[in-house]
Amino acid sequence: MKDQRLESRVDTQTIKIQARGAQVYYGTNHAIKDVDVDILDKTVTAFIGPSGCGKSTFLRCLNRMNDTIASCRVEGKITLDDEDIYDPRVDPVQLRARIGMVFQKPNPFPKSIYDNVAYGPKIHGLTRNKAELDAIVESCLRKAALWNEVKDRLAAPGTGLSGGQQQRLCIARAIATSPEVLLMDEPCSALDPIATAQVEELIDELRSQFSVVIVTHSMQQAARVSQRTAFFHLGNLVEYGETGQIFTNPIDPRTESYISGRIG
Amino acid sequence: MSIGLLSLIILVLTLVGYVVGKSRAIASVAGDIRKLHSLPPFYGRITALLTAVPAFLLIIGWLLAEPLVLENRALALIDPAEIPQGQSADLVMSDVRRVAAGLDLLETRGEAIAPLIAAPDQLKQAMNAAGIVLQTEPTPSTLAATAALRSAKATSRLAMVVAAIALTLGGLAWGLSRIKPEFRARNATEGFAMWLLIGCSLIAVLTTVGIVASLLVESLHFFRLYPITEFLFSTQWAPKFGGGGTLGIVPLLWGTLYVSAIALLVAVPIGLLSAIYLAEYASRATRSWVKPAIEVLAGIPTIVYGLFALITVGPLLRDYFAQPLGLGNSSSSVLTAGLVMGIMVIPFVSSLSDDIINAVPQSLRDGSLGLGATPSETIRQVVLPAALPGIVGAVLLAASRAIGETMIVVMGAGAAARLSLNPFDAMTTVTVKIVSQLTGDTEFASPETLVAFALGLTLFVLTLCLNILALMIVRKYREQYE
Ligand SMILES: Nc1ncnc2c1ncn2[C@@H]1O[C@H](COP(=O)(O)OP(=O)(O)O)[C@@H](O)[C@H]1O
Ligand SMILES: [Mg+2]
Repeated sequence: MKDQRLESRVDTQTIKIQARGAQVYYGTNHAIKDVDVDILDKTVTAFIGPSGCGKSTFLRCLNRMNDTIASCRVEGKITLDDEDIYDPRVDPVQLRARIGMVFQKPNPFPKSIYDNVAYGPKIHGLTRNKAELDAIVESCLRKAALWNEVKDRLAAPGTGLSGGQQQRLCIARAIATSPEVLLMDEPCSALDPIATAQVEELIDELRSQFSVVIVTHSMQQAARVSQRTAFFHLGNLVEYGETGQIFTNPIDPRTESYISGRIG
Repeated sequence: MSIGLLSLIILVLTLVGYVVGKSRAIASVAGDIRKLHSLPPFYGRITALLTAVPAFLLIIGWLLAEPLVLENRALALIDPAEIPQGQSADLVMSDVRRVAAGLDLLETRGEAIAPLIAAPDQLKQAMNAAGIVLQTEPTPSTLAATAALRSAKATSRLAMVVAAIALTLGGLAWGLSRIKPEFRARNATEGFAMWLLIGCSLIAVLTTVGIVASLLVESLHFFRLYPITEFLFSTQWAPKFGGGGTLGIVPLLWGTLYVSAIALLVAVPIGLLSAIYLAEYASRATRSWVKPAIEVLAGIPTIVYGLFALITVGPLLRDYFAQPLGLGNSSSSVLTAGLVMGIMVIPFVSSLSDDIINAVPQSLRDGSLGLGATPSETIRQVVLPAALPGIVGAVLLAASRAIGETMIVVMGAGAAARLSLNPFDAMTTVTVKIVSQLTGDTEFASPETLVAFALGLTLFVLTLCLNILALMIVRKYREQYE
């Protein structure tokens, strides 16, 4: 039932990010091998696969975070709205403002809760005055389901929050720059089940505004939050398709064994 | 028996304790060491520790207490009339000690000392010939005290040797008697290790307390001779060697703060910015030679910096800045000393800050870069605030170094105490004056020399305040960010 509802929605959507023949090398280690993928707008895409198969590496290609690793080399073509993001004319700093990222471990800055959220809007000059900034901070904290918990202590340090709250703060911080795509690298792996449920609910709401790509180790999570799933194995993209189809009727035998717990 | 021989005996017994303790432990379970609570070496170790440690503690304690007890007894034998007017019994006692040491020396050389004791003038000659200078012939009561001291010392040493060996054997026997399979030798050695560590930290703490106490006592002497308000608030520093000079600390303190401030103005920006370059921008290859190159600055002796200040920087500043600007024509100036000292403390700031910046988690940088911040925005807004407590610590360490520096000041800024705002004037600092008050032929009871201790105490209080400030800042940020 769920599958049918999603299918009809997905079909009408445009491609946001497209990768063709993407290769990533760390020195001589060939970490991503010839990956083709289309990431749709206003959709949650899940990357699953055993540890070390290159999910994070591929995710980091999409906003050029791999540029910060000296030994890392990316080949192939990756486009955002048909624009090659590895084109020399593209400023990776501007690109990262358009493609937000949430990391595995919550990493709030050593600043107040308010300043954590206001960080992106401030450096990109998104607001004209304090009132607008206040409004952005409030709306992002609300979207991240954190507003009610922190509204009385916006000046308190972000590092003083609990792990789940910190991760939601990082999500609020990432959406405050109004990105078009949100990349999340195992955002729930450091969270307890209640915080995980909150974040998953949040991801589902964010889908109405952005395209979300989430790396996850939990297959239940991928099934719960995503509409499309990509299965990586040893640097290859083995299978990519509708989440329902991947989990109920995988085509590749490797996908089948991973989902049934035989590769891991 | 000498202390060396005694120590050797104890060490041999300790070794015996180790070997026997270990083999006895093995024997107690008939070779099946799985039945022992601990591995066999632990049984050897605990026996060795029980053999050696109490005996050595006894020897150390004995040697520390012995002079106090014996000299008090010898002092009682001295005729009060022989103590010269206005001097303390200490002087006479130091004579007694010297004669006793001389007699010991002559005895070890195999000379007959009994006839010498009977004839004080010959004794003095013999001593002088042996290199121990006596001003006057020893008086009869000095000789009596000496004799009493020497015989008491001989008895005491014999008693010590007997007690130490008895304790060693006792420890050995007790240690061996405790060896049973269920004896927890591993935990017992652990306890010893803890006491060893406590002992070492106690030594460090007690040394600090001792230094502060001696500073305090001598400063109190000074303030008995010289009013404390005058010392703290007089703007004049004009000691006279006959006494009766003015000893105001204000110009010295001013000089110290002025020079240190200039030094920090040089060192903090340069050090911090080079640390940021090294930690955030430099490639590994660059870093591997730039960092040691900067650290070389810390290894240059301060006298060499002083020469640099005296011969190069001082004349340069005078010829190109002070004279053309009409601000003076002295080649020694606060600015010279401050600049050179600033260069000296650069590595303290840069090396420590570099380590601290490197310790900021990469995840914070990733977070900021992932939001579309540039590297320099990331550094300013995320990395530096996270590293701030450590950087403050580094700066204060550099400040303490600058405040305590002497050589560069003497050679760069001169030795004239002056209160002035002009950075091209010669001035001087507290440390320089401590040295100059204590060198030369001075009596150790006049305010002119004792003032050095009061100056030292002031300096100590100043650096202590700096350290407390640093701790407070660090704690404030810790609370906020951890
Ligand atoms: N910074 C790096 N430097 C060198 N090799 C790396 C680095 N990050 C990841 N790798 C290598 O790339 C491969 C894929 O890693 P990663 O993308 O982190 O996997 P996943 O996120 O799927 O667990 C692994 O073999 C890993 O060793
Ligand atoms: Mg990963």
